[in-house]
Amino acid sequence: MTFKIPKQDINFKPFMNRPPDYKLKHEIMRTDRVYKCEVINIIELTAEEKLFHLKIIDPAERAIFHFRPGQFLMLEVPGFGEFPISISSSSNNQEYIALCIRKVGRGTEILHRARMGSRVGIRGPFGTSFPMEEMVGHNILLVAGGLGLAPLRAPLYWVNEHRDQYRDVSLLYGTKDPSSMLFTYQYEQWRTVNRIRLMTIVDRPDENWTGRVGLITELFKEIEIDPLNTYAIVCGPPIMFKFVCNHLDSLGIPMNRMFVSLERRMHCGMGKCCRCMVGSTFTCVDGPVFDYWSVMNLKEAI
Amino acid sequence: MIYKVIGKDEFRKLIEGLIESNETFGPRQVDTGKDGQPIYQFRKVDSFDDLELDYNYTASSLKNFFLPFKELLSRYAFTDDDWEQGIEYRVNPRVIVGARACDINALNKLDDIFIRGAFPSPYYMARRNNTFLIGMDHMPPEDCFCESLGELTVRQGFNLFCTDLGDRYYLSINSSKAFNFLKKVKTSNPTAEDDRKWIERRQLIKSSFQTEVETDELPDLLDIEFSSPIWKKWGDKCLNCGVCAMVCPTCYCYGVEETIDVSLKQARKERQQYSCTVVDFAEVAGGHNFRPLKEDRLKYRYYHHYHGFAENADQQICVGCNRCGRACLPGINPKDVINDLILESGDDV
Ligand SMILES: Cc1cc2nc3c(=O)[nH]c(=O)nc-3n(C[C@H](O)[C@H](O)[C@H](O)COP(=O)(O)OP(=O)(O)OC[C@H]3O[C@@H](n4cnc5c(N)ncnc54)[C@H](O)[C@@H]3O)c2cc1C
Ligand code: SF4
Ligand code: SF4
Ligand code: FES
Repeated sequence: MTFKIPKQDINFKPFMNRPPDYKLKHEIMRTDRVYKCEVINIIELTAEEKLFHLKIIDPAERAIFHFRPGQFLMLEVPGFGEFPISISSSSNNQEYIALCIRKVGRGTEILHRARMGSRVGIRGPFGTSFPMEEMVGHNILLVAGGLGLAPLRAPLYWVNEHRDQYRDVSLLYGTKDPSSMLFTYQYEQWRTVNRIRLMTIVDRPDENWTGRVGLITELFKEIEIDPLNTYAIVCGPPIMFKFVCNHLDSLGIPMNRMFVSLERRMHCGMGKCCRCMVGSTFTCVDGPVFDYWSVMNLKEAI
Repeated sequence: MIYKVIGKDEFRKLIEGLIESNETFGPRQVDTGKDGQPIYQFRKVDSFDDLELDYNYTASSLKNFFLPFKELLSRYAFTDDDWEQGIEYRVNPRVIVGARACDINALNKLDDIFIRGAFPSPYYMARRNNTFLIGMDHMPPEDCFCESLGELTVRQGFNLFCTDLGDRYYLSINSSKAFNFLKKVKTSNPTAEDDRKWIERRQLIKSSFQTEVETDELPDLLDIEFSSPIWKKWGDKCLNCGVCAMVCPTCYCYGVEETIDVSLKQARKERQQYSCTVVDFAEVAGGHNFRPLKEDRLKYRYYHHYHGFAENADQQICVGCNRCGRACLPGINPKDVINDLILESGDDV
């Protein structure tokens, strides 16, 4: 007597003409498959940060790649590693994706050696986004510290593209020193063309710096905030957003109108590896964008 | 579910038939421990007599048949300035005989994450779909507490489950594959007497637990006692070795690593089981560690197991097998940690 168990294969066909619907069982296939991209531009921003423009090579794949401001993707440098990066370009940009990347470890180090035409992979987009529609008709306050400006660029593009739908828009940006300030070449355009009140501050000035000096919270002394008509987006190191959000809270901005983007170690982006968990919440699936009320309720968030 | 009764010699024929045509795994003694007790693991079996179905517990869980310690996620083949990604997740059919109820429940919890979760894993699904699983009840080992967590019985997630009635097994048949195989051996419909014996057996097992853990209030307690001193007390003992997570049937955290072949023509992207108690679990590039202290990490493991997390509807994922307790060198075990936590909260009031 023999009892042979039949073999069951799951679907291998890649989806090509629309984004994968992972909820449909019969469609499940290569969740680890990357979209292959070509580096079409590299802009050196500071000694440590570069802006990469990536173009998805396959036109069909390019057409199905859509994201919302605040979402991130997993960037794959084949053979060297995969890591999460916020998307720093306009969600309207069908041509390329911009990523602002700091050189800190193995994967990012290798990526910094990439040249024009180099090929990398991306998976995603993943995670939650800023509720841009909900903010319509209100003032927007963007507060960024250091590399925190990178995830703010996508919502900023959104605001600029729909400028008349929003009221006063302010961007407060602080860095350690003048040389680590990102996207300086865009400030003039943001100020004049996009009517954004942009204020910068550095902690440690150099001899050429004529602007403000101090911590980012100093900037609040100079602006009027209408707490009941303002939405805030805050990105930066945990200690910074804690101070900033506490201050905004004391001014009376409701906690569910303040948004932060959390950073944690990530190895999958899909709620599987658990490396990004904060208390019982996955940063990659339930975040990285959280309102401050949720952050306050997360164990071990700050 | 369909129920049948099978004599033990007919059951033997069924298993022999399965072993003959499929790769089959079951409990086998692999060594003897310091205390003179046998150590069992799930290993490949070549005949029915290799199986030790009366085993108390296996040191490792069934998890690694579905989430191997190391698993290839994709391969990159390099050419001049380009590369191609290759993904493979085909698995040959296989049979596992003698899984305990709690271990099957553990797999059901993993299913919630890897099959029913937001991004189902094809790697896991391929392994799960191609495994024919035969479960078997047993008398609880003295340190098991699956009954406290409601994981003593299992109603899904297996092909066939056997309840031992002495000279026969009472079979719960949960798949058409199993049903069809059983047509070829002699089975009968359960009589009233069989039903009575089945209930007796269940009651005997239920009343034989020697370890009990109070878990009902745990989710709230874990929230309230987040800064309890007991975490430091137990954390101080922890060696950060990660063994608890390796042997646990529901721990599934992992890391991903890529390695380039010496030929420089190929690279492998591999998933590797990890443990949240290991020091760099939540460390990010640049050196910041979101859980720098042992107590933070140990607490987090308990939090994850007994508080649950959003992805699986806040279910507790511990099934009460006490493998982690047995494997831990400094003796950190759920029963004592949870009792301490409950005592501590009592002190507060
Ligand atoms: C949602 C999100 C958005 C991010 N956006 C940006 C961005 O726009 N620009 C930018 O420069 N950096 C960003 N980061 C941080 C970036 O992911 C890390 O700098 C990067 O993972 C370091 O990888 P590595 O291989 O160089 O370092 P290694 O130390 O070699 O890291 C090994 C692995 O650990 C994980 N890891 C290590 N550090 C981090 C970290 N800080 N965050 C997450 N995973 C980590 C990654 O999986 C990485 O592959 C973001 C992180 C998150 C979570
Ligand atoms: S087995 Fe024990 S010592 Fe090792 S990591 Fe787990 S709790 Fe710590
Ligand atoms: S008792 Fe320990 S090893 Fe067993 S399921 Fe619970 S946490 Fe995991
Ligand atoms: S990155 Fe893996 S679970 Fe969030």
